[in-house]
Amino acid sequence: MLRALTAIFACQLVGEALVAASGLPMPGPVIGMALLFGFFVARGGIPAPIASVGDGLLGNLSVLFVPAGVGIMQHAARISSEGVQLGGALVGSTLVTIGVTGLVMKFFMKPDGRAKRKRTDHG
Amino acid sequence: MADEITDIWVYLATSPLLSLTLTLVAYQIVLEVWTRIGRPALLNPVLASVLIIVAVLAATGTPYDTYFEGAQFIHFLLGPATVALAIPLYRQFERIRANKLAIAASLVTGSVTGIATGLGLGALLGLDRVSFVSLAPKSVTAPVAMGIVERIGGLPSLTAVLVIVTGIIGAALGPAALNAIGVTDAAARGMAMGVGSHGIGTARALQESEAAGAFSGLAMGLNALATAILVPLAFALFS
Repeated sequence: MLRALTAIFACQLVGEALVAASGLPMPGPVIGMALLFGFFVARGGIPAPIASVGDGLLGNLSVLFVPAGVGIMQHAARISSEGVQLGGALVGSTLVTIGVTGLVMKFFMKPDGRAKRKRTDHG
Repeated sequence: MADEITDIWVYLATSPLLSLTLTLVAYQIVLEVWTRIGRPALLNPVLASVLIIVAVLAATGTPYDTYFEGAQFIHFLLGPATVALAIPLYRQFERIRANKLAIAASLVTGSVTGIATGLGLGALLGLDRVSFVSLAPKSVTAPVAMGIVERIGGLPSLTAVLVIVTGIIGAALGPAALNAIGVTDAAARGMAMGVGSHGIGTARALQESEAAGAFSGLAMGLNALATAILVPLAFALFS
């Protein structure tokens, strides 16, 4: 578990460093995701400990957004004055965005069926 | 006796452990109830947890900064969790490779739609300048959205909240909207959730299937890049 955590943290750290050095408009962890992905490709599989730590984190992904969400209390004044307009803009825009993205993806996608699932290896 | 309780409270309230535990307990209670009532998408567990915690903090007069001193340890794990999205991505790689064109097309249209409708509705509804600017990158993951808003003169802490609310809206209403318009394929659903509502949408997509989660994680990462390019461009062109 420790080695898996170290690998994940190291990918993020290198990602953050690359972003800081290059000024790329990307979050460090997204670069870290690409690095870890590259590692899996090079290795031809996902080491079992990384799969188990990663699946644990992703299985509880929702809770990780709670602390930032509580930050809404800092904007109580703005929300009482503009909450309805903000909410309306967010609901409308988010639904249209999700709908348009889904429809365009559906339109251009190849018929499914030959999707193969890669296996986790045990290294 | 009352004094002793006050003393203990004062000690605990300054310890990061209290808000850390509060966050975990609130979320697990919500999750337990939510699971028992059949996990309805409409009642989002992030929203319910946030409301409970805000109520507790308001009742005890605890400022957000004090809360965040403890809760930051949970918040911190967002980075490693994002890195871990490489796992579903790798498992679904064949399917992603087979749909490169569809991913590119839906990313660009989705990203432009998200920014244009957000700003359009914001203007239409008469938002003040700060809210309007802070709203622009609402569909992308918080650190990127905050970075973008900083450059175009918005309020990053407000953006963080708008991003979370967007994620909750997408997670709560997105699946039903996709059902209504006949988008049933896991890849298309995941792509839509990731472009429209970043990580919270991805968390929801992962609950639907690993394939939906993989496409959503990919979409979230790509849209962070697209939005970071498009939003400053839109503001340079139109203001």
